[in-house]
Amino acid sequence: MATPKPRVKVPKSAAAGEVITIKTLINHSMESGQRKDKEGKVIPRQIINKFTCAFNGTPVFACDIDPAISANPYFEFSAKVTESGTFQFAWVDDNGDTYTHEQSIEVK
Amino acid sequence: MQVTRRQALGLSAGAMAVAAFGPGLQAARADEAAAEKSLMEFTGGKTPQTGKITLNAPEIAENGNTVPISVSVDSEMTEASYVESVTLLADGNPNPAVATFHFTPMSGEASATTRMRLAKTQNVVAVAKLSDGSVFMDKKLVKVTIGGCGG
Repeated sequence: MATPKPRVKVPKSAAAGEVITIKTLINHSMESGQRKDKEGKVIPRQIINKFTCAFNGTPVFACDIDPAISANPYFEFSAKVTESGTFQFAWVDDNGDTYTHEQSIEVK
Repeated sequence: MQVTRRQALGLSAGAMAVAAFGPGLQAARADEAAAEKSLMEFTGGKTPQTGKITLNAPEIAENGNTVPISVSVDSEMTEASYVESVTLLADGNPNPAVATFHFTPMSGEASATTRMRLAKTQNVVAVAKLSDGSVFMDKKLVKVTIGGCGG
């Protein structure tokens, strides 16, 4: 599987106190552990089990993920911005890898 | 007692129906019990009230592999009163847990959208836990044309 590449959509700028919408997507097969291969053996589970979003280090949103989330997990949520700063995103894989992404926003 | 041909046929058809649907029904009940159990674990034994939380899901999902689903909770989202977490459950999936969202007052709005897998036609349940300890629930039946688990 290709290395998961996060894609995140955050507005470039916002007014202070505005509630913005953030959209995130990461390519990942999210192998559920329910499927079987041609020989009838169960394909072991490998999913992204946690997603977190923080703003300047303060947690904004987090999600515990189970195998029932579709491949290429997509999340849309909101955040209230009061100052300029950076959003930190992290996806935790079952194999222990963490994929991270950062996006800054300017508050006018 | 003499059994006529008609009675015999009726009996065997009934028996076949039981044989065909019996195990299926039992399996469905087991999943519902599992969903109920994870719901109780999440709420800490509290019975959820209705209202405040809205679950948006399609009435008919053509492809069970990606069913768009969104949930929003009516809350001020301030330090004093906010939505701590929302959990999604699907009682007909092999494993009822779907995802648990954790919100903070920084979230601004307690709403989230994602895409989920549904194995078959079933109820999707969203339960919200507020910072004051109250629990709210919404439920929606989603009809699935092509299942999205295993294969």
